[in-house]
Amino acid sequence: MLSNSALSLTHVDFTWPGHPSFRLRLADFHVVRGQKVLLLGESGSGKSTLLSLIGGILVPDSGCISVDGHDVVRLSAPARDLFRAEHIGVIFQQFNLLPYATPLDNILLPLRFAPMRRQRVGDAKKEALRLTHALGLPQDLIAHQQAGSLSVGQQQRVAVARALIGKPSLIMADEPTSALDAGSQSAFLDLLFQQCDEAGSTLLMVSHDDRLAARFDQTVSMAEIAEFERGRAT
Amino acid sequence: MSLLTLAFRSLLSRWITVSLTVFAVAMSVALFLAVEKVRIGAKASFADTISDTDLIVGARSGSVQLLLYSVFRIGNATNNVTWQSYQDIAARPEVDWIVPLSLGDSHRQFRVMGTTVEYFQRYKYRGGRSLAFAAGERFDDMFDAVVGADVARELGYQVGDPIIVSHGIASFTEHDQLPFTISGILAKTGTPVDRTVTISLEGLEAIHVDWRGGAKIPGQATPADTLRAMDLQPKAITAALIGVKSKLRVFQIQRAINEYKEEPLLAILPGVALAELWQIVGVAETALVGVSALVVVTALLGMAAMIFSGLNERRREMAILRAMGARPTTIMGLLMVEATLMAVIGALMGVVFLFIGLAIARPYIDAEFGLYLPIAFLSSREGWVLLAVIAAGAVTSLLPAWRAYRLSLADGMTVKV
Repeated sequence: MLSNSALSLTHVDFTWPGHPSFRLRLADFHVVRGQKVLLLGESGSGKSTLLSLIGGILVPDSGCISVDGHDVVRLSAPARDLFRAEHIGVIFQQFNLLPYATPLDNILLPLRFAPMRRQRVGDAKKEALRLTHALGLPQDLIAHQQAGSLSVGQQQRVAVARALIGKPSLIMADEPTSALDAGSQSAFLDLLFQQCDEAGSTLLMVSHDDRLAARFDQTVSMAEIAEFERGRAT
Repeated sequence: MSLLTLAFRSLLSRWITVSLTVFAVAMSVALFLAVEKVRIGAKASFADTISDTDLIVGARSGSVQLLLYSVFRIGNATNNVTWQSYQDIAARPEVDWIVPLSLGDSHRQFRVMGTTVEYFQRYKYRGGRSLAFAAGERFDDMFDAVVGADVARELGYQVGDPIIVSHGIASFTEHDQLPFTISGILAKTGTPVDRTVTISLEGLEAIHVDWRGGAKIPGQATPADTLRAMDLQPKAITAALIGVKSKLRVFQIQRAINEYKEEPLLAILPGVALAELWQIVGVAETALVGVSALVVVTALLGMAAMIFSGLNERRREMAILRAMGARPTTIMGLLMVEATLMAVIGALMGVVFLFIGLAIARPYIDAEFGLYLPIAFLSSREGWVLLAVIAAGAVTSLLPAWRAYRLSLADGMTVKV
């Protein structure tokens, strides 16, 4: 079971340091390798905290979080950062890119922090151009424009290329379509799924939009798997 | 994309605030280096005022005072040296040469100095350079005068022009019956010689023949030709420059003069007195260096403030880097690299500003203050100053970098702004 799971969280208990009323508890959550999972939850349901825990930015007080068979909880802080760089691709809602760098430099950015992933890619620039071509982005746009001058839809696709370069085992996407209009949303998901399949990456996508559920292998709601307390900030 | 190019691109994207900050650092560095140049130039030109003279003799007073009135033509002698004493010293076997100086009169704002022709041969400046003539030659006649470069330039004098000596300094009584003729104009030296009118001791004596006790004797006016025929041996002089035969004897003769029985005299070593004088002036020097160093500190603090104020809007950027796997220390390093980069560019631009400023201002400073500032490659001391500025920039950036470290730890991959 464990060897087959891309992501597995068991008995995770997390309290924000200094905010004891801010607590996330999660008994059991598994994602099978290669699957596309939609995690539904309203804003304030602890989705971001969960992603930060998986990404190794936050550490639970107890429990086990294993990504691709590695327990991230037991790693040191620098090792968790390195692990995230090597194994996880991240796509945000918007403003994914460093606006002053070219899209190409943005795509190559995670490789800077992940030597093994970089080695796996081989010719990084060629791979970046292959990805962007597959995502329907014109080549001269990628190498010569500043990322800040791209449209939101183009930026999101550059973010997909960046998350997928070097084929990380897990892609975490935090409401990647919410800044897009309905027509582009569907096209964006097509591209995202296609590229995840090609790279063999598992996809964990967070959204509050349950209309997307039909397109995923598995849909889980935050409320089902986790218990989230959010006391009033004092 | 390396951390350095990342930092550089990030700086480029904020080029207005960044260039203003870099400009401030550059200006402060240029100011600091310019102050250094002027300070060292002034010190050198100060020490270069007189050289190859072993002793200066005058009436007993302070050594700095003697140096000031005999060499710098600042202030007045409290007393004179009698001709008898002068001749006693000149007759000493250790003395190689001796040049008398007689001061007290003026021409416009310039001092008039009576001396012998040997002065032009013996007076040396800037490491042994001799006086050179830009035009004409040394005085020959009793009523010949040699003027310094500044005198000629400011008053528009040519060789052959008449020149009238005024009695005393800043006085309205003029020796107008006995005009002098300019026989030569000296080349620029950057020393007080440029602002001096030099005449012969006899000439100076001659214009005072009809004077007693600082006032003109009414109705008496000895004609120039009669004066020329007279034996005009001065009764006293103001000071004398001495060269000794053997440097080993300098202290011996200095003591002999200081213990001279007939008259209270003082002999000083010019180098020692110059150092003493510079110690007094040196307070201003230290203050100047201190103030310009503070300007550099202010510019660097301005840079830290600029980085600080930009942190909040850059939290997104930091979150992206964190999500990509950057450590919080990498974020911290990025900010420090940025600051160091700005300090490096600022320091280098400061050097460029300095040289441009020097190239423009040098002729003016040389002409106006007699201060020659060499445009030389940076000295090792200036190199250290630049390194210190860059290091201080890096250290100053620790504050905002630490803040960024805390922020990126708290924000992680997400920013709630």
